Amino acid sequence: MEKKRQVVSIKLKGRTISRGCAEGKALISRDPISFLGSVDPKTGVVIEEKHSLAGKSIKGKVLVFPHGKGSTVGSYVMYQLKKNEAAPVAIINLETEPIVAVGAIISEIPLVDMLEKDPYEILKDGDTVLVNGSEGYIELLKPSGR
Amino acid sequence: MYLTKEEEEIMNGEAGETLRQAIEILVALGDIYGADRLIPIKSAQIAGVSYKTIGDAGLEWISDLEGQVKVPAILNPAGMDLEDWEKLRISTEFAEKQKAIVQAYKKLGIRCECTCTPYTLEGFFVGYGDHLAWSESSAISYANSVIGARTNREGGPSALSAALLGKTANYGLHLEENRVPEVSISVESPLKESDYGALGYVAGKLIGSKVPIFQLKGKPKADELKALGAAMAASGAVALYHVKGITPDACRMNFEDPEENIVIERSQLDEVYESRGKGGKEPELITIGCPHCSASELKKAAELLKGKTVSKETWIFTSRELRKRYPEYIKAIEESGAKVVCDTCMVVSPATNRYSCVMVNSGKAFAYVPGMCGAESVYGDMEACIEKATDGEKKAGGFH
Repeated sequence: MEKKRQVVSIKLKGRTISRGCAEGKALISRDPISFLGSVDPKTGVVIEEKHSLAGKSIKGKVLVFPHGKGSTVGSYVMYQLKKNEAAPVAIINLETEPIVAVGAIISEIPLVDMLEKDPYEILKDGDTVLVNGSEGYIELLKPSGR
Repeated sequence: MYLTKEEEEIMNGEAGETLRQAIEILVALGDIYGADRLIPIKSAQIAGVSYKTIGDAGLEWISDLEGQVKVPAILNPAGMDLEDWEKLRISTEFAEKQKAIVQAYKKLGIRCECTCTPYTLEGFFVGYGDHLAWSESSAISYANSVIGARTNREGGPSALSAALLGKTANYGLHLEENRVPEVSISVESPLKESDYGALGYVAGKLIGSKVPIFQLKGKPKADELKALGAAMAASGAVALYHVKGITPDACRMNFEDPEENIVIERSQLDEVYESRGKGGKEPELITIGCPHCSASELKKAAELLKGKTVSKETWIFTSRELRKRYPEYIKAIEESGAKVVCDTCMVVSPATNRYSCVMVNSGKAFAYVPGMCGAESVYGDMEACIEKATDGEKKAGGFH
């Protein structure tokens, strides 16, 4: 009997910030994100011109970015994105700050930060990733074609 | 972070969705900042009120919440005078949205007086050592520094969560070890009135979010301390300061002098008074009352304006409660043509955006007007502001 190719799923523990569990395709940003002014709340498209995600949509993605920046109104913009069905399904941060933490909680977007390994070394754009905010871990389910 | 059995139950949703979300916010912030537990608070003051700042996004969130606050809670200034918004020509569309925001807060049992000086209101007493969850930066600074209460810089949602639970996470300025001064600031020159706002503006830029202890000549009044703290919280992110021999923590906690010492010279304050925007414009609008005028500031404005007529648009901001308490000052001010406006201020009202240059006697407004209102700001003391408003009537009348 042919030996089944072992599928290695990578699971990383982190810190729970916002509970809930969701999976989707990863979208990776090295730049911090200010939700106020940088993301169109109607479409989820990043409109900050010099941002590494400029022109891309965060809608339905597992959004990976270092941390938030800018105005505290950003928390409410995350809520607006959610109501407009344009929010990311989950968030992974290096280290969350209060604007994004609060925004994720009020918008019921699962968020895990401070992973045991650097997510930028493990995750690539398009990977299918599960974020379990309730239990505080992420799992790389299916790498994109690489 | 340790949670009691009751708090665990709230976290599991047994007390409803609004409270579950509220405690999740406090616990997440507590985890980020290393809190050990939740502690009871005496009152909350909630930012995120002006439609100009929170927009439809904020309105939607607040409208969806349910329940009642557990401690006295009050609001930050809104984008307009809630009873007379036409006075500053606010559009009907903006007014409808603004009223909807305030109504949504009212539904949660929050007092709908919108002021940055809640500590002056009846029934909102704050004492030394009280734990609070306040979120307007100048009120935070006043409560921490001048009263000796304990509050972090809460955001709108976290202050509202704290109000709904009657608790906040125990970290930051709730802990005595974080209230110790990190930098000493000495000023040799004597200071009065708006000099304190100018000092705060200069100091805030130099120290960012550090806790300073000031060594000053003379004894600042409460209004002067209010101006100092408001400016430092705007040009920097200072939530607590001490003044040697004056403020309650400095008197009770026996601080050692910090190693770092900054000297601020009179010339640095003069630069604030002399500073002009790129366009070098003349003020078209004169504004007083950032933070909201106290009784003695209203009295002074009334005395300076009595018998005069303003030739420039002039707005004086205070809380609705003080407006009602001192009708004689209000009458004297309004007879000059100046407008006494409540529930809002020059920074958070969209009305200011119509002007290209604004004169202020507040270091906080001086810092915020350019970015928030797209106008240049010019600094002067209250007398200079009123002289400008009345087009030098003081000189013409020979009251030197």
